[in-house]
Amino acid sequence: MTESAQMTRIGLMGLICLILVTFAALAHDSGFAIQMWIAAIAAAVYIVYLARRFPQGSQTDDSTYLDSVVKAGMIATVFWGLAGFLVGVVIALQLAFPVLNFDLPWTNFGRLRPLHTSAVIFAFGGNALIATSFYVVQRTCRARLAFGNLAWFVFWGYQLFIVLAATGYLLGITQAREYAEPEWYVDLWITVVWVAYLLVFLGTLWKRKEPHIYVANWFYLSFIVTIAMLHVVNNLAVPVSFLSVKSYSLFSGVQDALTQWWYGHNAVGFFLTAGFLGMMYYFVPKRADRPVYSYRLSIVHFWSLIFLYIWAGPHHLHYTALPDWAQTLGMIFSIMLWMPSWGGMINGLMTLSGAWDKLRTDPVLRMMVISVAFYGMSTFEGPMMSIKAVNSLSHYTDWTIGHVHSGALGWVGMISMGCVYHLVPRLWGRKELYSLRLVNWHFWLATLGIVVYAASMWVAGIMQGLMWREYDDQGFLVYSFAETVAAMHPYYVIRALGGVLYLTGGLIMAYNLIRTVRGDTRQEVPMGAFAAA
Amino acid sequence: MFRHDIIERNATLLLVLSFLVVTVGGIVEIVPLFYLKNTIEKVEGMRPYTPLELAGRDIYVREGCYVCHSQMIRPFRDEVERYGHFSLAAESMYDHPFQWGSKRTGPDLARVGNRYSDDWHREHLINPRSVVPESIMPGYPFLLRSEVDPKSIASHLVANARVGVPYTQEMIDNAAADMIAQAGGEGGDAFMARYPKAVARDFDGQPQRITEMDALIAYLQMLGTLVDFSAYKAEANLR
Repeated sequence: MTESAQMTRIGLMGLICLILVTFAALAHDSGFAIQMWIAAIAAAVYIVYLARRFPQGSQTDDSTYLDSVVKAGMIATVFWGLAGFLVGVVIALQLAFPVLNFDLPWTNFGRLRPLHTSAVIFAFGGNALIATSFYVVQRTCRARLAFGNLAWFVFWGYQLFIVLAATGYLLGITQAREYAEPEWYVDLWITVVWVAYLLVFLGTLWKRKEPHIYVANWFYLSFIVTIAMLHVVNNLAVPVSFLSVKSYSLFSGVQDALTQWWYGHNAVGFFLTAGFLGMMYYFVPKRADRPVYSYRLSIVHFWSLIFLYIWAGPHHLHYTALPDWAQTLGMIFSIMLWMPSWGGMINGLMTLSGAWDKLRTDPVLRMMVISVAFYGMSTFEGPMMSIKAVNSLSHYTDWTIGHVHSGALGWVGMISMGCVYHLVPRLWGRKELYSLRLVNWHFWLATLGIVVYAASMWVAGIMQGLMWREYDDQGFLVYSFAETVAAMHPYYVIRALGGVLYLTGGLIMAYNLIRTVRGDTRQEVPMGAFAAA
Repeated sequence: MFRHDIIERNATLLLVLSFLVVTVGGIVEIVPLFYLKNTIEKVEGMRPYTPLELAGRDIYVREGCYVCHSQMIRPFRDEVERYGHFSLAAESMYDHPFQWGSKRTGPDLARVGNRYSDDWHREHLINPRSVVPESIMPGYPFLLRSEVDPKSIASHLVANARVGVPYTQEMIDNAAADMIAQAGGEGGDAFMARYPKAVARDFDGQPQRITEMDALIAYLQMLGTLVDFSAYKAEANLR
């Protein structure tokens, strides 16, 4: 960059910083002021960064892949993952021991729960998606990321979104839309970042040197574009003022409910499924060193999955004031969705044909494979729970929470962490991981954690649903609501234990990765080696 | 014969086609809801929230109450006996956003209004276990300490009016006064004419101040009280 271009950029950032500080000063509420200060500090830090590089600017070698941003994404994935798991354990303990809410606004369950869900879905999952998509699209296109350093804007813009959203939740700034809690100004910001993300990804596809677009990229692309559509429509709102945090959604009541769950279910379908299927289609074949099982199946899988998923939202609203036809439509499409889901699972698992022995010696591959297995399990459980008769029991109970976690911890978590284990040695130029034995420990702790979590929530949820509807022989309800709450206690304790196991696995991963980056190798018996007799 | 190869070689085509494919479901399912009679029909008794109730609802939203409490009673025998008449679409027609919820860690609140006394609510919100020993709800003693500013509520009515809630200019002009009147227990005829069935009293036991506790209890006490189900005809809602 020339000196004058650098000066212009510094000046522009200074102006933005000044505007943000002005917003903070004029804010109608303290929440908005704090949020604008955070954004202003972020801008100021960037100015300092630019100034320190002046006048030579940043030198980049455009002939190679842009992998530094993928590295940063790996660090962010692990960091936010641990943060999200930790908050999860905290709120699980709050449900078991309510004294842990501390009677304070910033620490109560209602504010921390969105912090947990956003941290794991958007911060952990989102960073994993962005980082791996940047890695995969460059390799499969044999092209450097498009538009210069725009990918870095995507990365840091996304981190700012996370910080604004997270601090906002603690301050009580929320739209009260599940998985879309950030308020209007954060929504606008993430829209800008997301469009930049789409441009980088699509631009890289445009300038590819491979004639074909690899299947992983279909999934990543549809994830990016669908999330953009869902985000914009679901977050339509009118702010009280342009200097306050509060807004009111454009839609109300039943229309708002279906818009929200159209979004909500496809946050699952496209954020937590399509994007991660992109990961599966690249990293499972890579790790197993086998081609994807079936090209034809991947075509069928892709188009049927993205078409059917969008319809499934109404199954979150069974027996509500939503019209019956919409509920039934949602149920039917949810059941149909079982087929492409399992088609994808089969495509992933059968990719190991001829390489199954590697599961014995490579716990990273094992982690990816069990994630696909959990994907299969939760995509069977989901359609089952969408059947209205089943849903009448399961809805509003902890069964739903268990289902979500077998998908999130099992599928999303395991495939992401498998990819991180695969990528970190490569990105940092290390021959191998510090320790495969520690990966093995992580694998079993995480698996056990999920099983404990899901099993306790099955029992809790089904029991809860049955207790609510239990009548005695004289026709009276047997249990008061408070009694059903008391009955949940042991299962909430067990669930928290499952979370602790999963978090412990995550901490072991962080240690293993730090040692890997430092270039250490642990002296250990290789995985799968016969014990010395 | 169709060849998928064409799509695989053209990123823009792939983008456009996958976008078209994902729009279908939403259009078919969501758009009719804006036209169908039983989703947009008004039911006798529904009115916009009073300024105090609206402030209370904002606190309900802020504290994430919807995370553990639904406001949607399903048409099952046990739910109807436990919570009251099943919920109608019209009952959330002024809810921006809807608060149907997705989880019942605590009970449904769609018709919690008038079920408990203000004192019960206050004690329960300060320390839930003082009135329900089994409860795992967080305590919200800070609500009693933070005051609500009546001057700022009019802008919230304006924003609601912009998204379609029928707040009149008169309601907006009198918003601050109405809030003070309702929390002070002096509703008056003009206030009652604007907000039929509204209850004006001191909700938090501190007559001299309007606190967030006043607002939240005012909101909770009106939930589900607007529609008179002895006069409601379900057949009118059939499509």
